[in-house]
Amino acid sequence: MTAFRFTIDGVEIDAREGQTIMEAADEAGIYIPRLCDHEGLRHQGSCRVCTVKAGGRSVSACTQPAAAGQEVENETPHLGKLRRDLVEMLFHEGNHLCPICEASGNCELQAMAYRLDMTAPTKFPYLEPCRALDASHPDIALDRNRCISCGRCIRASQDVDGKGVFGYVGRGIHRHVGLSAEDLAGTDAKLADFAISPEVCPVGCIIRKRVGFATPIGEREFDKGLIGHEIEERRHE
Amino acid sequence: MVADAPNGNDITRTGFDPGAEWFAALHEEPNGIDSLTLQTHTSETAAVAEICGGFDNDPHRMLDILRQVQERYCWISPQAMRVIADLTGLTPIAVEGVASFYSFLSLSLRGRVTIRLCDDIIDRFSGLGAITEAFETGLGIKVGGTSANGAFSLEFTPCIGLCDQAPAAMVGDVVLTALTPQKASRIAEALKAGQSPEDLVSQRFGDLSPHERAERMVENNIRHAGAVLLGPVAADAGLRNGLDLSPPQIIDTVEASGLRGCGGAGFTTGRKWRMAATEQAERRFVICNADEGEPGTFKDRVLLTERPHLLIEGMTIAARAVGASQGIVYLRGEYVYLRDHIEAVLADRRARGLLGKAILGADGFDFDIRLQMGAGAYICGEEGALISSCEGLPGEPKTRPPYPVTRGYLGFPTVVNNAETFCHAARILDRGARWFSAMGCQGSHGTKLFSVSGDCLNPGIYELPYGQTVQELLEMAGAEDAAAVLVGGPSGTMIGRDTFHRRLCFDDLATGGAVVVFSHRRNILEIVEYYMSFFVHESCGYCTPCRVGNVFLQKAIGKFRDGKANPGDIDYLRDLSSTIIETSRCGLGMTSPNPILSTLENFPLVYSAMVKPTRDRIRDTFDIQSAIDGARKLARRRSHIFDRDFTE
Ligand SMILES: Cc1cc2nc3c(=O)[nH]c(=O)nc-3n(C[C@H](O)[C@H](O)[C@H](O)COP(=O)(O)O)c2cc1C
Ligand code: SF4
Ligand code: FES
Repeated sequence: MTAFRFTIDGVEIDAREGQTIMEAADEAGIYIPRLCDHEGLRHQGSCRVCTVKAGGRSVSACTQPAAAGQEVENETPHLGKLRRDLVEMLFHEGNHLCPICEASGNCELQAMAYRLDMTAPTKFPYLEPCRALDASHPDIALDRNRCISCGRCIRASQDVDGKGVFGYVGRGIHRHVGLSAEDLAGTDAKLADFAISPEVCPVGCIIRKRVGFATPIGEREFDKGLIGHEIEERRHE
Repeated sequence: MVADAPNGNDITRTGFDPGAEWFAALHEEPNGIDSLTLQTHTSETAAVAEICGGFDNDPHRMLDILRQVQERYCWISPQAMRVIADLTGLTPIAVEGVASFYSFLSLSLRGRVTIRLCDDIIDRFSGLGAITEAFETGLGIKVGGTSANGAFSLEFTPCIGLCDQAPAAMVGDVVLTALTPQKASRIAEALKAGQSPEDLVSQRFGDLSPHERAERMVENNIRHAGAVLLGPVAADAGLRNGLDLSPPQIIDTVEASGLRGCGGAGFTTGRKWRMAATEQAERRFVICNADEGEPGTFKDRVLLTERPHLLIEGMTIAARAVGASQGIVYLRGEYVYLRDHIEAVLADRRARGLLGKAILGADGFDFDIRLQMGAGAYICGEEGALISSCEGLPGEPKTRPPYPVTRGYLGFPTVVNNAETFCHAARILDRGARWFSAMGCQGSHGTKLFSVSGDCLNPGIYELPYGQTVQELLEMAGAEDAAAVLVGGPSGTMIGRDTFHRRLCFDDLATGGAVVVFSHRRNILEIVEYYMSFFVHESCGYCTPCRVGNVFLQKAIGKFRDGKANPGDIDYLRDLSSTIIETSRCGLGMTSPNPILSTLENFPLVYSAMVKPTRDRIRDTFDIQSAIDGARKLARRRSHIFDRDFTE
């Protein structure tokens, strides 16, 4: 595999043929914000939060192949603004009431809003969906009002668990994550599935029953540091 | 997954054709509903399995399978999806993902005949309202509804490519044009009296050739024939010349002609072919994009009707140039009335040795084409989405890179060209690169078909060399009181009178061919709001900015229309538009804000006239009534404070 170098915000980093910009950045300890991408899952490129400028063009870093000598912009005010807009869109598309959400503090959407300084009052209208809860499964509950359509559960179930519990249905603003049965209890979803593990759903949509609030608010993952800090720590090692 | 409908007490929803089979089942099993339901299940399972078998249970043919199931059972039932999933080796949710994506497929039971009224802005301006009423009254159902006896469904559908003869509608697989309320009532009566949609076209429909049927249904409206496409064309002269050339020579010729893609993006055709040809691969594909979904565009419809041989000839030449042995014509679902016509042309060419093995006797020159019907999705015109659709997937664009020329259909190098592009290529091989490039202007060679519609005397097709001004075209079309012209459809540019001198070419006003004329009587904001609702309807929903952002844009335009916009909302429109354009994953989101941006630019007064400054920083747009309505519904009572009629 040929190795080459390119720059992110002026910092030279190493990359190999076949790597995406994000993969190379991760290895180099440079964090590019992301929501739909997750280590171990196929790249989807749908949330667009990872938008960077590569050679002057805006592209999604999670799908764009790294190229030798390319100049990539990541942390610029302009890109920060685009990403804030996208995160804000996701907040307004669903119902995200952090104070009453079990995922608060572990939620990547919330953490991303903090990282991107989404502090001013938001400007978009709320779409206020009204989607039925699914508590049919003995161990798992689904609140799709909080779903951000990242599709991580879909890919995890299909590609890692080999099951296909979840899938996208519908088109446009009606597109959502559907189930391969009438409700979750009717599927072969199991608590032990990778798709159900805490790391896969970035928000509070897939909830494991009877473990809620086991870790108190204040001691949760993003209470300890900004999202992306583990990647950025690699750089200082 | 939707609920499994068939159950004992709801036999109207068992989802099979209540025709012959219904009665057969009744007579075989006279013991009541339960065994009838069982019987239905078994017969549906067997029939769906047979449909799947007809496509070798190939998951890549999912769209064809679902289309046939829909046609037969008037919906895709959960039972059918399970059978299909089983046989094709997919999960049921994957099948539902496809079935729920396309407008012409339905997860709830529809009527045996679906009437789809074209709901384009042109149709609205041509009296769609009264026609809708006539259909609703005549059929006794509202738009969105299905008649109780399961005979009819009535729907709206975006532009069906008949803007030059609006208002128009699809009735089953036929199309009816230039509708009037009287005509609509007569149609509804005839349908109710048991006439088939085909009877509405002609009592001798069955005796007509597919081409005659198309001509009976739709006017071509060719207003100006140019030298390349719509004038006299020598049959297969290009293909014969192509046989004497090596594949690289064909590509050189097409490249030297300066031909650029006619689907909108204008990529140099010769270069595209070269990229596909030089990619290492075992197989290659050639796909004709006949999805023609951009509102206001209908030129491919005319080519498919009048120059289908030229189109297939062009594809055959492309196949030789890049070394493809298989091709696909992707025909939009709305053009299903042309399906038999195209199939007949393919069959005729096979019979004459112009398709199939050893074309024109040339050893090793094997190429054949299948027709892929779409099912109601504008996004499938985007080449990646079109390939997804051909592969039996939901019509979602693909991640780029890789581009289709490197990895397209089934992962093999694929040339996707617009229908018009292939026709031009065939003519270039006949008459030579120099002949072609001498027409038009610098950077935009040859001729182009323009589809002109809207407020003009002569809507129809104009084949003109590139480089004419909008004004010249408007004069030809008799559009004297044009106040605004939308060039390139909603994803293009809306210009005003002061810029009608602009030229129709790639370096000025690039267009896939749509030219929609609006007179001063039209409300620009109404037009813009319509087009935003179109993009909201047609976004595939894959990426955040296009899925969500376009809804916000549509709502914001609604505020302007209602007179509730603040001065800051103009900046808001610009700002949100630029985020959508910059972060969207495909060309749909990258252009969907154009109706707003180009009218903000060229018709700024339309917006500023609707803006009201806020008083005392109180938002005029806040409406307490709608704000508490959700709470009212939840509480199931009226508000003590805000509802005057409230009594305990
Ligand atoms: C949303 C969208 C819709 C499109 N619709 C069509 C279409 O209906 N017909 C078409 O030929 N190209 C359409 N295109 C362009 C195609 O992606 C592609 O560029 C074209 O088919 C290439 O052929 P050409 O080079 O011959 O123009 C569309 C693009 C986008 C982004
Ligand atoms: S831009 Fe729109 S149509 Fe294109 S991938 Fe994103 S959601 Fe789909
Ligand atoms: S992380 Fe790249 S698009 Fe979502």
